[in-house]
Amino acid sequence: MPDDEKQPGVPATGTGGASGPTGATAGSSEHTERGAVAFSPVEQDRPHAPTVTGRAREGMFGIHGSGDTSGFGGLRLPAYAPAPAERPYGGWFDEVVDETAAALEEAGLVAFDEAVPQVTVDRGEMTWYVAREHLATLATLLRDDQALRFEFCSGVSGVDYGEDVPQQLHVVVQLLSMTYRRRLRLEVCLDVDDARCPSLVSVYPTADWHERETWDMFGIVFDGHPSLTRILMPDDWNGHPQLKSYPLGGIPVEYKGAEIPPPDQRRAYT
Amino acid sequence: MTDIDDTLTDPYAASSRETTEGTVYTVTGGDWDELVDESSGDERIVINMGPQHPSTHGVLRLVMEVSGETVTDVRLVIGYLHTGIEKNCEYRTWTQGVTFVTRADYLSPLFTEAAYCMSVERLLGVEAPTRAQVIRVLLMEINRIGSHLVALATGGMELGALTGMTNGFREREEVLHLLEFLTGLRMNHAFIRPGGVVQDLPEGAEKRILEFCDVMDSRLPGFHQLLTGNAIWQQRLVGVGYLPLDGCLSLGVTGPILRSAGLAWDLRKVDPYLGYEQYDFEVPTETAADSFARYKLRVEEMHQSLRIVRQCVEALEPGPVMVGDAKIAWPAKLSIGADGMGNSLEHVRQIMGQSMESLIHHFKLVTEGFKVPPGQAYVPIESPRGELGAHLVSDGGTRPLRVHLREPSFVNLQAAPAMCEGGLLSDVIAALASLDPVMGGCDR
Repeated sequence: MPDDEKQPGVPATGTGGASGPTGATAGSSEHTERGAVAFSPVEQDRPHAPTVTGRAREGMFGIHGSGDTSGFGGLRLPAYAPAPAERPYGGWFDEVVDETAAALEEAGLVAFDEAVPQVTVDRGEMTWYVAREHLATLATLLRDDQALRFEFCSGVSGVDYGEDVPQQLHVVVQLLSMTYRRRLRLEVCLDVDDARCPSLVSVYPTADWHERETWDMFGIVFDGHPSLTRILMPDDWNGHPQLKSYPLGGIPVEYKGAEIPPPDQRRAYT
Repeated sequence: MTDIDDTLTDPYAASSRETTEGTVYTVTGGDWDELVDESSGDERIVINMGPQHPSTHGVLRLVMEVSGETVTDVRLVIGYLHTGIEKNCEYRTWTQGVTFVTRADYLSPLFTEAAYCMSVERLLGVEAPTRAQVIRVLLMEINRIGSHLVALATGGMELGALTGMTNGFREREEVLHLLEFLTGLRMNHAFIRPGGVVQDLPEGAEKRILEFCDVMDSRLPGFHQLLTGNAIWQQRLVGVGYLPLDGCLSLGVTGPILRSAGLAWDLRKVDPYLGYEQYDFEVPTETAADSFARYKLRVEEMHQSLRIVRQCVEALEPGPVMVGDAKIAWPAKLSIGADGMGNSLEHVRQIMGQSMESLIHHFKLVTEGFKVPPGQAYVPIESPRGELGAHLVSDGGTRPLRVHLREPSFVNLQAAPAMCEGGLLSDVIAALASLDPVMGGCDR
């Protein structure tokens, strides 16, 4: 697998960029033509680490130092990572992947495995974890290719998986093919200190407000967005409320003599 | 630097003040003539409308640039009703989340509940029992009628058709009475829960529902008599707020607006859920793609919803209304006590007097909630306004990691500039009314 080969070559600095495959470089110049910010080809050398979408758990109730002698306090659960799907995916999933791979190759853009390092099929829904520098290229292809025809973007939103998860911010794009009645989810994983993602507004104009909301709520910058401003919060607001690091807020409430703490300070059983 | 005009002594007169951006006028209604007199000679005027304005369908704010009476630029400002529902859900159990999401779109709360619960059920890998599914469809279709009635009523009010408003709200009152009888609450029902519905329909429900259908059958034609053929109504709506199919698709617009452009896209038909394939109903479409077409569609959709409601009453078979899994379903049958709805006394007697395990189980399920396997699910349904999707992410805990509602109000509002720019100022109101945005859903 190309992923494994790249593993040792993780460039801490920009020097590893020269070894980047030529196809990828062509892909990023596409973005420049579009007016979006081109992501450095160096980035494409980053190996695809398993996509983690959950935090590791300790103890039964998230309580520490309570003198629990039941043994449940020693419980350790690893972080959840959705398993990459294996062929055959089933249903129309294989067809869409094959068609996309063929179309990408035909257009000379990028190899499918490089643009989509991981494909997951879970609960009847297909998710593509997309390398962000190829997101716009891929979306354009998905929209325009006759055999794919994902002409409708249902929405763009974000997910924050929490601070101890690598690449904790995810951009989630829900696509819909009305022609073939298929739904596909594209997901881009981002680091919180490099939360930049190419904008899809030029491909799907409906992404405009969705991306503004995602910026507002998660602080994800969509490069190439015509006017990335806050949409739900006031213009001069500090912080991005949907981040896990942003407190929920609230005050204790007295009810029948007892004081009920605000929701984010109550005991959680997760 | 503000220079208060001396006309301020009359609180209702048009006032103006000078700013670095130009003169700012405050217009309160009925004083447009004075504004026109004062501002004559200015080439362009920027008008701020809302967020507190009777014609903006809630707390929506419009900033419009007008040239004469032609609108050249429309910007929408939203967020005035942002309540952090999605964030709050992350601090509650999966069951409590229903209580939050039902408050998003306050005109169609049962749809948001259903989408959320179906998404939780997909994550859990369970399916609600047949009777619960029929009850969900039944409630949603009754709710759809209520929502469309408000769309007509407020739309009528904004265009000055006040009888349309009073009639619409009178009919909607029937809907709310029925929903109160069926679920216990007029709005914010929290009746649909992960795994089914919270309790069975009350005794005599079928009779009440059929009576409601008869009442609506007799009253809905009134809209045609009052509005459809009305020359003023037509002049205000025909050709106004035009948005063709390609515009709808690229702007993500769904629901009656998309169907008014000619595409029969209704998730109940194209991607049936909750057994919608077993009901016989039509998806009405128009091709005019204007406000009048959307008005006619909403009236027709109410008739179709009544058809479904009647079929639901027939399809109601005795059976459970909640999944059998005791790890998900609340163990108690709820009943109405002296202090409101709560656990049935029979159940309280059993857990307190006979079975300590039942007590522990009950306590854990209520305080801790159930765990949902990690993963994500996106379940779209056809709400009165279009595709309403619930994107839920679980990390395996008893609380959602992320709840996101793809609200049709939010998405459809983006189309407002495309509908309004180049038209008359007064047509902006008609176009917005035909979008039928609900700001509670839009801002969440």
